Amino acid sequence: MKVKHAVTAGLSAAGLILASGLAAWAAGQYGPGASDTEIKIGNTMPYSGPASSYGIIGKAEAAYFDVINKQGGINGRKITFISRDDGYSPPKTVELVRQLVEQDQVLLLFSTLGTPPNMAIHGYVNENKVPHLFLATGADQWNDPKHFPWTMMFLPSYSIESHIYARYILKNLPNAKIAVLYQNDDYGKDYLNGLRDGLGDKAAKMIVATQSYETTDPTVDSQIVALRSSGADVLFTVAIPKFAAQAIRKVYDIDWKPTHFLNSVGNGVGTTMKSAGMEKGIGIISATYLKDPTDPQWQDTPEYKEWLAFMNDHNLSASIADAQSVVGYSYAQTMVAVLKACGDNLTRENVMKQAASIHDLKLPMLLPGVTLNTSPDDFDPVKQMQLMKFDGTTWRRFGDLVSGAGS
Amino acid sequence: MSKSFAGVLPQDAAAARYGGLGIAAWRWIGALALIGLAAALPFTVSNYHAFELTLVMIYAIAVLGLNILTGYNGQISLGHGGFFAAGAYTAAILMHRYGVPYWATLAPAGLVCFALGVLFGLPALRFEGPYLALVTLAMAVATPQLLKYFDSWTGGQQGINLVKVQPPPGLGIDRDRWLYLVVLVVLLVAMRVAANMLNGRTGRAFVAVRDHPIAAAAMGIDIARYKTLAFGTSTLFTGIAGALSAIVISFVAPESFSLFLSLSFLVGSAVGGIATISGAIVGGLFIEFVPNLANDISDAAPWAIYGLAMLLLMYAMPRGVAGSVGLWLQRFRSRRVALREGDKDHKGRMS
Repeated sequence: MKVKHAVTAGLSAAGLILASGLAAWAAGQYGPGASDTEIKIGNTMPYSGPASSYGIIGKAEAAYFDVINKQGGINGRKITFISRDDGYSPPKTVELVRQLVEQDQVLLLFSTLGTPPNMAIHGYVNENKVPHLFLATGADQWNDPKHFPWTMMFLPSYSIESHIYARYILKNLPNAKIAVLYQNDDYGKDYLNGLRDGLGDKAAKMIVATQSYETTDPTVDSQIVALRSSGADVLFTVAIPKFAAQAIRKVYDIDWKPTHFLNSVGNGVGTTMKSAGMEKGIGIISATYLKDPTDPQWQDTPEYKEWLAFMNDHNLSASIADAQSVVGYSYAQTMVAVLKACGDNLTRENVMKQAASIHDLKLPMLLPGVTLNTSPDDFDPVKQMQLMKFDGTTWRRFGDLVSGAGS
Repeated sequence: MSKSFAGVLPQDAAAARYGGLGIAAWRWIGALALIGLAAALPFTVSNYHAFELTLVMIYAIAVLGLNILTGYNGQISLGHGGFFAAGAYTAAILMHRYGVPYWATLAPAGLVCFALGVLFGLPALRFEGPYLALVTLAMAVATPQLLKYFDSWTGGQQGINLVKVQPPPGLGIDRDRWLYLVVLVVLLVAMRVAANMLNGRTGRAFVAVRDHPIAAAAMGIDIARYKTLAFGTSTLFTGIAGALSAIVISFVAPESFSLFLSLSFLVGSAVGGIATISGAIVGGLFIEFVPNLANDISDAAPWAIYGLAMLLLMYAMPRGVAGSVGLWLQRFRSRRVALREGDKDHKGRMS
């Protein structure tokens, strides 16, 4: 009897294990928010409030997921994209992200926008082990897999961009005397430190003057005058559009002719260059990683045409001059690539694992040759940029793609 | 905004006894039952809802502060978001730089805001109605930029990330529910203190100054003193709410305290009942839930829905929810008293 019991017990145990194994194999492995038919993705965006112009990123992403769903989804699973308006207010972001994670039970958070809103949820998502992927902000701090293994950025970080300018200066202007104008916050300091780091042991000798401004300052005129009196022949301006335009105008007005580098945040043709005066910006050097939708050079390529058709199909035609819609499109494509790589294993752990093993991913609306790469130690996918010079009407790219070393 | 007399008229002092207990005793039992329910509530809902309700109570404390100033004393403030920010940053800086435990930051935050409120209240004496609204509006607009300017203290644009509060070990409750209970206690104390003050001498002086400053002065009320006191008390409450918000969100940044926050407080105050104490809770509920509901109803025009909800509420209940309900209750009571009186008359004639 006892033997028989043992055999029965053993058999049924084996059966159970087999059955549960089969079930797992058949249904795939799922974390919260994923099933045989659905993948839930959460997002916060400033659709209202002071940063609402960035809302186009969320709209482009929603439209792209819609395209994927119409094509049958990812491995047969439809994407449910829940995007909520945080108005760029950090406490609201905390509340909405908690709602997304705890009520809606999303598998992951994707492309949450802005440095302060992401700061507010950084601790929460890592404590709760929720993938926090492709943040729409460029601060260096997001690439910190050791301390924050669930948070991954997307854009070239500010210091990577500075490295690219530093390399150009070392090669082409080895005797440069550099003056730096920067915004007095972490954004400005990321760039300044990136430049110092990129120049290496020559930094102390080459950087002859720095001046900072507060976003509450009325102008940066006095800073520009002070920088000129240092005798510098290279000027690196790290500013937001309003102050970048002021700096360009003042440099021109006092007839100072440095080699002028302008960071990518402040280089919009419509926002900065026009208000500075187009002719005053001739010769300024900046950098980019994507295909500017207003650049006529791309408008005959199949990639541009496909993007344009996508925009028109989704009632986004009002934003085709807005580079942010290219950004949103590219974010969504990266997300889809990562989810495809996850296969049937849609656990939060595997999502992070796949996000950290992107290898040479090419996206249609990034510059030709730009590839995305990540590893367990490197959570910044886009690291290449190309330099460009302003010719009085548009930016002209020159030289090869340059890769900034990881920070 | 019509002026309300709720909370000032002498309560219906009929010494009727129900079930052998006086009205006062029944009030106490009712209040205790409500408090018990409020304390049990977080244990019946998810962590997220407990967190949401915590925010409701924080907004309620802030709105209560505004009610004291605007409702009872008649001074309109569009700048209470600034005092909320001052309280939040006081708590954040104390916790972050000086390692002060979270519960010990409430009193300093309240004191700092009381001092700021009194200082602000002094020049405010010279401004009436819309002019004061403009002065306080200027403060709301300036707050985020001021916070960025003093960045060595405030962390500038980056804000301050705070270590998350841990519930006391051994109690076996998690952080969200613990914070709910902490905020509930603060809210109850705040409501009790406000009720004591407003239903007493000071409250009558506030209302007198609001309704007829000349008559009030003739009666010997020091108008400047009571206006300044109303400002200070009001900002004290709002500042404590700000400190609680910093503790619960565990992050402060200039973007958290935009002009819209100040406007929300005023909206919450008006919707709840501007010269009431319990209306503050309705105001908190409105501030927290209506924008979210509006977003769920319409992606395209959530703020239009928000505006519509506000209009409808104000149309149906011009004195705010608590104000109007209070008025209805009063009418109901006086009608009943009138009936009773009529009854007596009737009997009198019969006999």
